[in-house]
Amino acid sequence: MNALNLNPSAGHHGNEGEVDHDTLHITVGGYVTGFVLSVILTAIPFWLVMNKVFASSTVTTFVILGFAIVQIYVHMRFFLHMTSKAEGGWTWMSLIFMIVLVVITLSGSLWVMYHLKTNMTLPSPEQMRNIP
Amino acid sequence: MADLTATLSTGRAGEPPGLSFYVSGEYHPENGTLLGFWIYLMSDSLVFACLFATYGVLGHNYAGGPSGAEIFNLSLVAVNTSLLLLSSITYGFAVIAMTRKRVGATLAWLAVTGLLGCGFVGIELHEFANLIQEGNGPQRSAFLSSFFTLVGTHGLHVTFGIVWLVTLMWQVAKRGLIAANRRRLMCLSMFWHFLDVIWIGVFTFVYLMGTLA
Repeated sequence: MNALNLNPSAGHHGNEGEVDHDTLHITVGGYVTGFVLSVILTAIPFWLVMNKVFASSTVTTFVILGFAIVQIYVHMRFFLHMTSKAEGGWTWMSLIFMIVLVVITLSGSLWVMYHLKTNMTLPSPEQMRNIP
Repeated sequence: MADLTATLSTGRAGEPPGLSFYVSGEYHPENGTLLGFWIYLMSDSLVFACLFATYGVLGHNYAGGPSGAEIFNLSLVAVNTSLLLLSSITYGFAVIAMTRKRVGATLAWLAVTGLLGCGFVGIELHEFANLIQEGNGPQRSAFLSSFFTLVGTHGLHVTFGIVWLVTLMWQVAKRGLIAANRRRLMCLSMFWHFLDVIWIGVFTFVYLMGTLA
């Protein structure tokens, strides 16, 4: 789709070509595809929540979380141009490392704090009297 | 040395010469800046992960104050989201203009991106001002503290992105699309699209799920 005609040797300066190999895969079509997809993926969750399409809020929560994950993928792919090959695979490695850390941070915090809240709530005087 | 070569070549009779069974060089990117900037973005997302976790833990501690469903104005958030999405594609067009070496078009698309970013920050400040005016400032409850911290940190990133963008427009106008400026524009491109990715998390996790609860 409308691939760019990049010719590093056409530059006026000797070192002009050094950034160009990173921008070779950038196309107008890629940006437009990403934009259209992300508009759709944004509009549907807003519509679901604002018009209360599903009666159960749990269902809505999972559906909009799914849309968010797909949209994050679309942005990574079409706007940030993430591939497993970019920069010799090092961006991919750091991305995976970041995802692992984010999952540990989020799930760990929520899990620990949820249990802390349920287990550390002070017992009532009635419960205290019945402690064996 | 000649003896050794002779021994080796006779020792492995069936093997054609010139085969190598190990990697003799290392991969080094020609330009490490973009990789380094990407690693900065990855560590920045850990900052946001901590703020999201804080919001996830404290998001229902209202302390008798309002809940998200009572204070969030979803149509305003929808406008804000579309501004940020539009600014993402206009930045994309700026990058396209840059690769075509068209200084004027690059500057014009950067200006549009900056204006959309200003609109986003303006609407967010308007929302914050309204909340504080109604007595629902960050000191009202743990929910509002974590809300202001998370959304405010994102807004601060966008604000500094705009400062950076204006600086780059000045540089491009003055020095043209030289290699250094193109590298800087690619870094800001990653930063800008990264902020959009964070915003997906914010509007889903904070605004949409907050309205549902």
